[in-house]
Amino acid sequence: MDTQVTKKKLGLKERYKLLTRDLGWETTFHSREEVFPYVHYEGIKIHDWDKWEDPFRLTMDAYWKYQAEKERKFYAIIDAHAQNNGHLNLTDAHYLTAIKIFLQAITPGEYCAHKGFARVGREFGGVGTQVACQMQSLDEVRHAQTQIHAMSNYNKFYQGFHAFSDQRDRIWYTSVARSFFDDALSSGPFEFMIAIGFSFEYVLTNLLFVPFMSGAAYNGDMATVTFGFSAQSDEARHMTLGLECIKFMLEQDPANLPIVQKWIDKWFWRGLRILALVGTMMDYMLPKRVMSWKEAFDIYGIENGGALFNDLARYGVRAPKGWGDAAAAIDHMSHQLMLGLYQWSFGTAFHGWIPSDDEMEWLSAKYPDSFDKYYRPRWEHIKKLAAAGTPFKNYGLAKLCQTCQLPCVFTEPGDPTLICHREIDYKGEKYHFCSDGCKEIFENEPEKYIQAWLPMPQLFQEPLKGDLGAWMNYVSLVDGQDNGDFDGSQDQINFDKWRGMATSNK
Amino acid sequence: MAVIALKEYSAVPRDLVANFNGKQLVYASWDHHLLFAAPFLFCVPPQMTFSEWVAGPLTQLIAADPDAKAVDWSSVQWLKANQPWTPNFAGSLAENGVVHKDQIRFRTPGLNSLLTVN
Ligand SMILES: [Fe+2]
Ligand SMILES: [Fe+2]
Repeated sequence: MDTQVTKKKLGLKERYKLLTRDLGWETTFHSREEVFPYVHYEGIKIHDWDKWEDPFRLTMDAYWKYQAEKERKFYAIIDAHAQNNGHLNLTDAHYLTAIKIFLQAITPGEYCAHKGFARVGREFGGVGTQVACQMQSLDEVRHAQTQIHAMSNYNKFYQGFHAFSDQRDRIWYTSVARSFFDDALSSGPFEFMIAIGFSFEYVLTNLLFVPFMSGAAYNGDMATVTFGFSAQSDEARHMTLGLECIKFMLEQDPANLPIVQKWIDKWFWRGLRILALVGTMMDYMLPKRVMSWKEAFDIYGIENGGALFNDLARYGVRAPKGWGDAAAAIDHMSHQLMLGLYQWSFGTAFHGWIPSDDEMEWLSAKYPDSFDKYYRPRWEHIKKLAAAGTPFKNYGLAKLCQTCQLPCVFTEPGDPTLICHREIDYKGEKYHFCSDGCKEIFENEPEKYIQAWLPMPQLFQEPLKGDLGAWMNYVSLVDGQDNGDFDGSQDQINFDKWRGMATSNK
Repeated sequence: MAVIALKEYSAVPRDLVANFNGKQLVYASWDHHLLFAAPFLFCVPPQMTFSEWVAGPLTQLIAADPDAKAVDWSSVQWLKANQPWTPNFAGSLAENGVVHKDQIRFRTPGLNSLLTVN
């Protein structure tokens, strides 16, 4: 008679231990310092790597299973969207400006995050950290791919999508996001975690993804909603990793606090500058508005961020230094940047337009303290110039901030009528900044930022030497198709024609 | 402060004047005139006189502002590197001490068609 043998099922904790057992070996051929050369130089002191536990303890087989399931759903919806001309369900084709900016500026950031997490997963000393970073690295490359695939369908019908990777490297406004990620990627592993894992994924992600995804849902963009959901389901893990990481650093040694605080200040401010682009999207680009940038900032920034920093106060961490300046500028930042995006639209791979009367009504209701007083008169004048047949184009290229690389469009704290001028001399060269926050970041590491590849000054150097036509080729911008005013654009004409064919008998 | 790094870290600035083929960058902005979203960037020869620069590229770029025609250049208040400054119109940019990447600002009190100054 056979004895019944009960197969013992492994618990989650045991399976995870087995998964990671070979990562945690004691080094013998080389010293630990030689194997992990980058964990000390930033000044962060770690006494016990095992204290950084991976709370999810996701094993590889479970990870593949979850992700494969998500991919199947994602591609099923994307295929249906393509086959049923889903693009004609958009509220209007000028909505696409928002997702062109997303594809050119933000999607490449997902790919950078992938590279960064792959690297720090190797550089960190603890097993839990290594596995969590590796999985996030895989998530991020998946995010980049699903976004590119989702938007490739729009590329079949509309301008401005065809050269996003060239534009990521070369056109001017994308250098805001690019320099952000280059800065993070060229930092040490701990700073990278504060930059991307904590500041970006934890503090700022809700201000980036929630507005984009709800904007997409409000405006009939199923493709973007779908990749949004697919990516958002990884966010819980990413946010936890970011938060675990900061708590781990602060608990390991009290000497870590001032270093961590400085990084929080820096990366909050750098992140806020990227979010200026999101502000213009929410306030100007969505045909059907979700909420204003100011409302989003109040909820996701002030309320949620405030709660987070209250929670971290027990470690001695205070809210980021620029928080007050950011909140004070919230009535102005989207308006100031949008005026720029409109007047330089000859040089953007997306369309600009003058807000309609309806849209201006909405803006004055949402910004009762600023829109009518400061911004409406400028738009009314621009409207007048357009009606007279002399539309306003500002061919004066812009002064860029040496740190965040945005044009210096922002005003003095407390005076929305005056551009904020900040400059310093460093080793005989002048450098300019959009704000005190950006100037301080430079002053902390000048040798890093003097190397900044600023698109406007570059245009006047080799090989372009100021030739705008050559510049358009260089950035893969098709003049008259990708750029300029939405009114009269091929995007506008084609969308109206195709939608007419889909909804009537004409 | 120095960049925290494993080895000594030093770098060459990307936008040295030597890269501009004999020209230099000059930035200019008209205070309280924010139809123009950011300060203008000019790439001009240092031999250009201040009056040539004002009458040429600067006047051309500010034309879209309704106050542009009313600017009296002889009574404009100037700033260079955020300090009050009196340019010599007949002198070149170099003779005026306008160096590479200098920021020039000008003020025209009383002209404020598009922006109420507090
Ligand atoms: Fe991501
Ligand atoms: Fe800046």
